[in-house]
Amino acid sequence: MFNDKTSKFLLVAGLLLILGGAFAPNWIVNQFMFGFSRALAILGLMVLWRTGLVSFGHAFYFGLGAYAVAILDIKLGVTDVFLRLIAGALVAGTAGFLVGFIMRNYRNIFFAMLNTAISMVLFGIVVKTEALGSTDGFAISMSTILGVSPETKYPLFVIITLVGMVAAILVNYYLKTTFGKLTTAIRDNEIRVEYLGFSVAHAIHLKYSISAILAGGAGALMAMSLGQVDPESMINWTVSGELVFITILSGPGNVIAPFIGSLVFEVLRTYAFELAPQAWQLIMGATFLTIIFFIPGGIWSVLEKIGGKKNDK
Amino acid sequence: MDTFLTILLDGLQFSSYLFIVSAGLTIIFGVMKILNVAHGSFYAWGAYTAAFFIGKFSDMGMPDALGFLIIIAAAVVVGVVLGFIIEQGILKYMYQRDEVLIVLATFGLFLVLEDIILIAFGTDPYFAYQPMALLAAVEIGGITRDVYGLTLIGVATLVAIGCWWLLNKTKWGTILKAVIFDREMGISMGINVPLVYTLTFIGGAILGGLGGAYIAPTISVAPGLGTEVIVLSFAVVVVGGMGSIAGAAIGSLIIGLLRAVAVHELPQVELFVVFAVMAVVLVFRPEGLFAPAKPRKI
Repeated sequence: MFNDKTSKFLLVAGLLLILGGAFAPNWIVNQFMFGFSRALAILGLMVLWRTGLVSFGHAFYFGLGAYAVAILDIKLGVTDVFLRLIAGALVAGTAGFLVGFIMRNYRNIFFAMLNTAISMVLFGIVVKTEALGSTDGFAISMSTILGVSPETKYPLFVIITLVGMVAAILVNYYLKTTFGKLTTAIRDNEIRVEYLGFSVAHAIHLKYSISAILAGGAGALMAMSLGQVDPESMINWTVSGELVFITILSGPGNVIAPFIGSLVFEVLRTYAFELAPQAWQLIMGATFLTIIFFIPGGIWSVLEKIGGKKNDK
Repeated sequence: MDTFLTILLDGLQFSSYLFIVSAGLTIIFGVMKILNVAHGSFYAWGAYTAAFFIGKFSDMGMPDALGFLIIIAAAVVVGVVLGFIIEQGILKYMYQRDEVLIVLATFGLFLVLEDIILIAFGTDPYFAYQPMALLAAVEIGGITRDVYGLTLIGVATLVAIGCWWLLNKTKWGTILKAVIFDREMGISMGINVPLVYTLTFIGGAILGGLGGAYIAPTISVAPGLGTEVIVLSFAVVVVGGMGSIAGAAIGSLIIGLLRAVAVHELPQVELFVVFAVMAVVLVFRPEGLFAPAKPRKI
């Protein structure tokens, strides 16, 4: 069940990256850490995007994951990387499951807007609450791995890469199950899906919960990589926009796409920022428009064309 | 009593500028079915343009009263120029695409426009207090208010009446309503729908710019201005019902007054309360609190 080309590619690429990371300079490792942390959230948004749903508020789950790590660190002194990751994913996943009961009845603009509203509620609470760090946020202590505190960031990079790899393989498997395949079908015609004997609401609820778990995990990993959390860069609606941006940039074609897309985003942002600190958003926005207009399939569709469709779906 | 009056006036003032901005957003959504994220940029552009020229003219020794003319001119110029370029250059080619995809495109535009502001006006804040200083202050029921803030309420009322008059009493309004109700039927009746779209978008953009230009003298015009206002106007149009002018008025009154109460009584919930109301309305009445029943189209 895991012996398809995509899973094999992920396994090999993941291990090669981990090997390569040992020799790569620090700034490259950093870019990969940020890129792959975010890619986890994109993976979930991709599942929703295939279903025809765009959430303009997944910073809610991203922020929940990140703040779960911060609160655990400050209140309980939890520094273990796995505990932090699980806590982030669990908190966001639970929230996503609960919100999902409402969200599964919403489509299109209303789906996007309700997500925005919920994420802004959290933003409003965090920004105005001293105990939650207000606008300054928190600094997070270095993560330990099973009791050992690492000298460099490399071990964290290895873990992020492994988590990303496993998550991508699992999502790839999920998308091949019958229930997982109810993506494009729902987008195209919900009534027919119902006639086939499936509950659209249940399918969307599950996908939404998966995307929340992944976004929460992404937030937790991001908080650990950055070493700090703050509402402006974790929960505000512009963060949600950024996540959607990367999803479209990556393209819905394959579970590998979010990882490539997030890396491209990270590199693009770094270079745009160095090239023109006043105009990096302009460059990003223009890229976004170009993708929407001319490359609706995202980076993945371009790679597919170059590769002559040799890669399997 | 004093607190009550202060809250009421603060709330009304806040509602007023929310309404001016949201009216533009809701008109564009109602006619074109575009949820325009870049609307926040129109607001920011209006504010920057007005603040910049008010400061310039004041330095040149022109009378401060000219400020009011500048505000209106700034709104119109920003609306016409940006509105025309964006509608004709980009959105025109997107009408057949998915609604949500258009939202994303306007988000891309928002990013672009935010940075052009930074490039054009720099990162330092602008202060254009002259029109506000000119009108001085007045005492109402024992509290002192600046007159400029009060005129904001008047402007919002004028905008509301103007929109109502345009929609219900003119030929243009009839055409607009026809397009809103059934676009294809409108085309077959000989309505120039592309022109209606362009003009609607420009009109909405002017209102967005006016909101920014009129508020500019009361705030420090600094980067990131449009980011907050756009989600607030989303909240307003959602609460009142997307695409309805009356809805935008009711929505901005609810949000504005609630926020004023929060600011004075419980500042911690200032933002929370706005979006909590938005979420609750979406959950229980996704079409908006006072959305009229719609005739079903077959």
